[in-house]
Amino acid sequence: MSKDQVRGWGFVTPALLWTIAFFIVPFVVMGAMSLASLEGRTLVWDLSLANYAELLEKKYLWRAILVSLEITLTVTVISVVLAYPLAWIIAFRVSPRWQRLALLLAILPFWTSYVVRSYAWLLVLAREGVVNETLMWIGAIAEPITLANTRFATVTGFVHFFVMLLTLTIYANLIQLSPNYRRAAMDLGANAFQTFRHVILPLTLPGIVTGAFLTFVLCIGDYVTPQILGGNTELTVPQVIMVQLGRRADFPLASALAIVLMSIVALAYLLSARWLRLDRL
Amino acid sequence: MMRFLPWAYLIAAFVFIYLPVGVLVLFSFQEGSLPVPPFNGPSLQWYQTILGDEDLMAALRNSILVAFGSSAVAVALGFLAAYGLARHVLPGSALIRGLLIAPLTVSYLIVGLGLLIVLTRSGFGVSLWTAAIGHVVINLPLAFAIIYASMGAQQQNAERAARDLGASEPKVIVLVTIPMLLPSIAAAFFLSVTLSWDEFIISFLLTRFDVTLPVEIWSLLRSGLSPQLNAIGSFVFLISVAVVLLLELTIFRKGRQ
Repeated sequence: MSKDQVRGWGFVTPALLWTIAFFIVPFVVMGAMSLASLEGRTLVWDLSLANYAELLEKKYLWRAILVSLEITLTVTVISVVLAYPLAWIIAFRVSPRWQRLALLLAILPFWTSYVVRSYAWLLVLAREGVVNETLMWIGAIAEPITLANTRFATVTGFVHFFVMLLTLTIYANLIQLSPNYRRAAMDLGANAFQTFRHVILPLTLPGIVTGAFLTFVLCIGDYVTPQILGGNTELTVPQVIMVQLGRRADFPLASALAIVLMSIVALAYLLSARWLRLDRL
Repeated sequence: MMRFLPWAYLIAAFVFIYLPVGVLVLFSFQEGSLPVPPFNGPSLQWYQTILGDEDLMAALRNSILVAFGSSAVAVALGFLAAYGLARHVLPGSALIRGLLIAPLTVSYLIVGLGLLIVLTRSGFGVSLWTAAIGHVVINLPLAFAIIYASMGAQQQNAERAARDLGASEPKVIVLVTIPMLLPSIAAAFFLSVTLSWDEFIISFLLTRFDVTLPVEIWSLLRSGLSPQLNAIGSFVFLISVAVVLLLELTIFRKGRQ
């Protein structure tokens, strides 16, 4: 090894050791743990797939996977549909001077703790909250309706967060487009919708897919939002993981669920890899 | 009609984006014990309550300690690794980069769960220290990526010149590299501070008696809606916003010139 290499390793080693000791090792232990099992309160390292079999047998476990997938997909689709026009307006309707400010303002509440943001939505959606009071005031409803502690509340809380994230990724994609594409399409006789459908949309697909992928990953792994806003009527995978940790300290089952969660994310990555531009963020 | 549609949409979007934060902050000034309409006030009574609450103040101190401590470690390790990889030729450098970035691809819950398992099985137990270790794990990849991306040929030339003039490598790093990379080092540091400041799940899993602010808020949530929670939530939000604005106004603005 050359002297240059020895020095290089000296710089890289601390970060590398930290990552190995506190990320790789715990991760491998968690993988091994998912193959262990709990007999009473003692841990048995029996290298069995019993935990994964349990996922298929117990209805509440695969129900949680289903609920997580449903919520995550709903949130991803709604967020993209709402964020695209917002990014579009900021990129093409707001004058260049104010664009940066508009974008900064549009994503400022993004920097709030999940806990605080979910609590704020609980306030808005509460029985005596702002939404119910407003709807009653304008006479749309006579009695307060149940908004908090439902899947609707969870989805709303998530959509709020991810609209901001997606606005950022789609905006970044839109402003890179040369206006010539639009002009060319228009010159060739395309109307505004055709231009959008056949020219702009395909060109902004990377921005959409990148944002949607991040949304998917962060949404499916979040415990706080469904726990505060969803009201325990149905549980997502992260919630079930936390139940396993709390009630009976069932680390093996929690680990198996974590591995399943990661596999779903890996699958999402493979499905979207063609369009992903994570390096451009 | 069509001309106004975009502006109507923009306004509607901003109402949606600011509705929860607006309600949170407004009812933190509520006089009375329920943070729901009608609004009475303004009153600062709930801010006085939180300032007098010892658990909250202890959690605040812990949060500041963890945020600054873990960010300092993450940025130091990230800088050294970025320097090593950008300035020395190492075998398997793509693999090293991949390894350092890897924690970014895993959800915080899983990072926390893995550490929790190792810490409890090995008998170490959890404390404020272990939460800080977890925060370094999630912030190191970001710090490394930000600093590594900003290491260009321009700095390298200045470093070579300094070395040709007889400066040793540590001297070059301290007197040339760090000052030239200061904007991205500061950006990495403050980004890491906000992420750690707001982070909940890792702190929740990896602390026990001394907790951070989001964890303390979480336990207060069990007793339902209260203007006290609004006050502390507004405070947490305003600190994050202040750090983000500071970043935007100083570092990124300079970076674009």
